[in-house]
Amino acid sequence: MATIEIDRLVKAYGRTTVVHGIDLAIQDGEFVVLVGPSGCGKSTTLRMIAGLEEITGGQIRIDGRVVNDLQPKERNIAMVFQNYAIYPHVTVADNIAFGLYRSKLSKSQKRARVAQVAETLGLTHLLERRPSALSGGQRQRVAIGRAMVRDPSAFLFDEPLSNLDAQLRTQMRIEIKRLHHRLGTTSVFVTHDQVEAMTMADRIVVMREGRILQVGSPLELYESPVDVFTARFIGSPTMNLLPGAVRNNRIELSAGGSLPATATMATTPEVLVGVRPQDLMPTGSDAAGLTLSGAVVVVETLGSETLVHIENDGQTIIGSAPGRLIPKVGEHLTLHAPVDRLYYFDKATEKALAAR
Amino acid sequence: MKDTASSQALPMARVRPGRIITWTLLFIGGVIMVTPLLFMLSTSLKDASQVYDLRVIPAAPTLDNYIEILSDGRFTRWFINSTIVAIIVTLSNVFFDSLVGYTLAKFRFRGRYIVFIAILSTLMIPTEMLVLPWYLMASQFGWIDSYWGIMFPGMMTAFGTFLMKQFFESVPDDFLEAARIDGLNEFTIWWKIAMPLVTPALSALAIFTFLGNWTAFFWPLIVTTSAELYTLPVGLSSFAVEQSVQWEKIMTGASIATLPTLIIFLFLQRYIVRGVMLAGLKG
Repeated sequence: MATIEIDRLVKAYGRTTVVHGIDLAIQDGEFVVLVGPSGCGKSTTLRMIAGLEEITGGQIRIDGRVVNDLQPKERNIAMVFQNYAIYPHVTVADNIAFGLYRSKLSKSQKRARVAQVAETLGLTHLLERRPSALSGGQRQRVAIGRAMVRDPSAFLFDEPLSNLDAQLRTQMRIEIKRLHHRLGTTSVFVTHDQVEAMTMADRIVVMREGRILQVGSPLELYESPVDVFTARFIGSPTMNLLPGAVRNNRIELSAGGSLPATATMATTPEVLVGVRPQDLMPTGSDAAGLTLSGAVVVVETLGSETLVHIENDGQTIIGSAPGRLIPKVGEHLTLHAPVDRLYYFDKATEKALAAR
Repeated sequence: MKDTASSQALPMARVRPGRIITWTLLFIGGVIMVTPLLFMLSTSLKDASQVYDLRVIPAAPTLDNYIEILSDGRFTRWFINSTIVAIIVTLSNVFFDSLVGYTLAKFRFRGRYIVFIAILSTLMIPTEMLVLPWYLMASQFGWIDSYWGIMFPGMMTAFGTFLMKQFFESVPDDFLEAARIDGLNEFTIWWKIAMPLVTPALSALAIFTFLGNWTAFFWPLIVTTSAELYTLPVGLSSFAVEQSVQWEKIMTGASIATLPTLIIFLFLQRYIVRGVMLAGLKG
């Protein structure tokens, strides 16, 4: 159990700076997900917490202790890697036992501890097997076992699910989440998958080009993204963005129609109006809200709902329809979104304007 | 039915003229390779008077040469010498080549590339050019006519270091980092994690080194003066200089000397083929 505090953390390789002085405080027992596109510095940050990368500037404290110059083994953290990093030449039991390499427990105590962890993860019947005889999910569970066995003060996960197939990924996501509930160990999880971030995190840290854009609970990020990047990164399918010009307290959309402008828009001539596909539907109509129409170009039937892509003003807009109501390709469709479900951004700075 | 017929006909259809040429060439190559070995074996079964009778199957086969050679203390001594030298040099190469190869592959430090190039460039210097400096070195340190004198030039090789570096590069860093987090020290990580992951390369290196040293002639001939320290090839060649050339004895000794090589090949065939493919050179 531990808090992790990051102060003005910088990482540079020669003249290239990949992490630009980030600040982050992770509370004891919290499950924090670092998310962002590849190259955003999330893995580098995690590896600096682990001690696998040297820190160029700033400070990292684990449980109040500055760990900048400590070896990974002195930090009492455990890490789960993308390709599991379980050793092919030893058995599952020995792999898990590697986590206790530095422990002063007796041999029999170590064995008991390994057995206990294996029990928790449902690996007991596999203990004598070699990793080559395991499935991807089982291997990842062994890797988690090796991390757990030491009872570390924090778990660090470096894209641990990205090598698994979609179904297994969902399953392991739940397993890791349940494990976290049970153990309550501070966890930092790195992923580029926003669904993983949304479903697992207590708090999400959105990163881009070595900087933190936004920190917040999944719902905060979904409801109040600070900029266009976060707005489009969180939520699936991606939020639609419609350009518009502010005139006489109205937003004139280039897609046609207008919306009421807010006071904060007085100084922004160009705006982007965002609407999530889930809020843009063929049913209901709000006079003050957004109305878009166009020819249906693609229909994605998901069962519970149907995603409808319409062509409007040369732009493809994604909306959704209830599962049973399936429009046909080529059909002309009008979609509506209530005004309180719209997001506004300054087109020039891409920053969010006025909370709704 | 039609499908079955055509698929049965396929193997026949594949015997194209190109294949016949390939097989013929391979057959000729095989004959060229095997003939000297056959003559070696055949001559070892002849007595001195029959040596110049070139029949492959001896008129009066005899095991006398074997009995004589094996009861001659010198031969046993040379055999042991060769074994000692080949085994120690092999172990040394497996250990040190991989230690250096691992360091070059997995650690980022200033001058790493220069060190690597320096090691690699020694591959371009022919042995003949190195023999003189080796000899001077050996004589100044008093290593002439000793086991160490025979072994020291081969205790580490640039080829082995290069081979192991290439292999260690294929070991994912995650393995090493996971071990680092678990608290293994760097030497233990190399020994317990990295080494087992490159076993095929280690086997290939061990086989090459052993065979190379088992058959080494030039340097052991130069550095040894007393017959007790001769290795097998040097010892066997001495049969040719003492009085006249004793072909039947040389061939008998050579036949026996081939045995370890043959045994190694039979057991480790898989690794040798793989090693040659992976290393892309030497044999």
